[in-house]
Amino acid sequence: MKLTLQIWRQKNADDAGRMVTYQLDDVSPDMSFLEMLDVLNERLILEGEEPVAFDHDCREGICGMCGMVINGVPHGEQRATTTCQLHMRHFKDGETITIEPWRAAPFPVVKDLVVDRSAFDRIIEAGGYISVPTGSAPEAHAVPVPKPDADKAFEAAVCIGCGACVAACPNGSASLFTAAKITHLGLMPQGQPERDSRVKAMVDTADELGFGGCTNIGECTAVCPKGIPLETIARMNRDYLKATRG
Amino acid sequence: MSAVSSPPKAQATSPTSAQAGNRLSPVAVHAQKARKPRTGSRRSSILLKAVMAVSGVVMIAFLVLHMIGNLKVLFGREDFNHYSHWLRTIGEPALPHEGFLWIMRVGLLVAVFAHMISATVLTVRAKRARPVAYKAKRKSVQQTYASRTMRWGGVIILAYILYHLLDLTLGVANPAGTGATPYDRFVADFQRWYIVAAYVVPLVLLGMHLRHGLWSAFQTLGLSNARRQRGINLFATGASTLLILGFLVGPAAVVIGVVK
Repeated sequence: MKLTLQIWRQKNADDAGRMVTYQLDDVSPDMSFLEMLDVLNERLILEGEEPVAFDHDCREGICGMCGMVINGVPHGEQRATTTCQLHMRHFKDGETITIEPWRAAPFPVVKDLVVDRSAFDRIIEAGGYISVPTGSAPEAHAVPVPKPDADKAFEAAVCIGCGACVAACPNGSASLFTAAKITHLGLMPQGQPERDSRVKAMVDTADELGFGGCTNIGECTAVCPKGIPLETIARMNRDYLKATRG
Repeated sequence: MSAVSSPPKAQATSPTSAQAGNRLSPVAVHAQKARKPRTGSRRSSILLKAVMAVSGVVMIAFLVLHMIGNLKVLFGREDFNHYSHWLRTIGEPALPHEGFLWIMRVGLLVAVFAHMISATVLTVRAKRARPVAYKAKRKSVQQTYASRTMRWGGVIILAYILYHLLDLTLGVANPAGTGATPYDRFVADFQRWYIVAAYVVPLVLLGMHLRHGLWSAFQTLGLSNARRQRGINLFATGASTLLILGFLVGPAAVVIGVVK
């Protein structure tokens, strides 16, 4: 496969950055998207150029590190797929591919395609946990969890925190990420004592960090590699309004 | 932070905090701030959305009554003008003349302003959250035309409402003038093709605004879930289509000559 790549290059946070075009001639359709970038980077290194910086870790679609906006869609157009699990067979020979970093004020670009997603850590720190005494593990059957609740909680708990929802949202909202954690913990008995304070603290923190508000458009859930459903946002709204009423 | 730049005397009074201040890295300072969010300093986006949802529902309730009232035009000049007069006498003598109407107007004004102010604040925040636009032409994965045109659509609808008030409520922009009866103003309007266009186009836009707005209100107020989503979407589409069709009946009747 021959490809034309238009990649966002930015030396550091202070650099203005620009799109740079690269030609790649021998891409195998069996390569993953990141392997394709590895091939480009090997060439750039040989040519004495600075390789394209991008985040990646497990390359198994579970760690949440990788992610770039491919042809205008976070993680590319293939649904429920992380960038590392996206394969070149989904692209056409001779195609021009645009590759950009996540774009959101709370996610400043560190270099090229790498953004600082610490803002998500701040949201989790605000309340994305349960407070339990550590020590010996409790008896597993001591707290029964209804199966439908466990399933719904798990559906939300699979969030890998990649940030694609923020990147896709026209408002740069972190609603799907925040709602996934609120849904996950809010459905479990262990999450009940802090349910009200959690939703208040997490939502308010997301607002303070400069994420936008939700307009219920659904781009987030469409690009989510884990398919977190939009109903989690309705649940977050319900919990928030209830917690605010007191 | 202040401890670092404060004079030695001040440092001596609180040596521990000064030392702690010196040792904190910028990252730690950032983390400390984030751990204690300044709640209340920024109006919550969910509360703003709830204001939009509630004010939107109030306005839709008014539109339903307005649409039903408009259908009176099919019953002829007498009925329509009588209905228009009756609106001004509701609640008399307990309320003064036009008293009920003014209560409605004030309520609607509050709803309109609440809706606009919340929308403006949320729009500004959304723009600030995405300071650098994507170079690739944005592909819509999920969003509909209706959902993408909410903001500009809202501005157009506001401009239309202002024209509509000058035209049919005050009569100053009406071809039949301020002295004409409500029925005559109505007929005079829709006998002219450009006024028909000036009403039909914004009404279709309003329909799209309501479609996404209704769906959005259910979601914002937390009344939606995966099972109900399909039903809510059908309801939003059905209700806004019916409402706009209802509004179009009167003008259509004038255009085809049933009402004259």
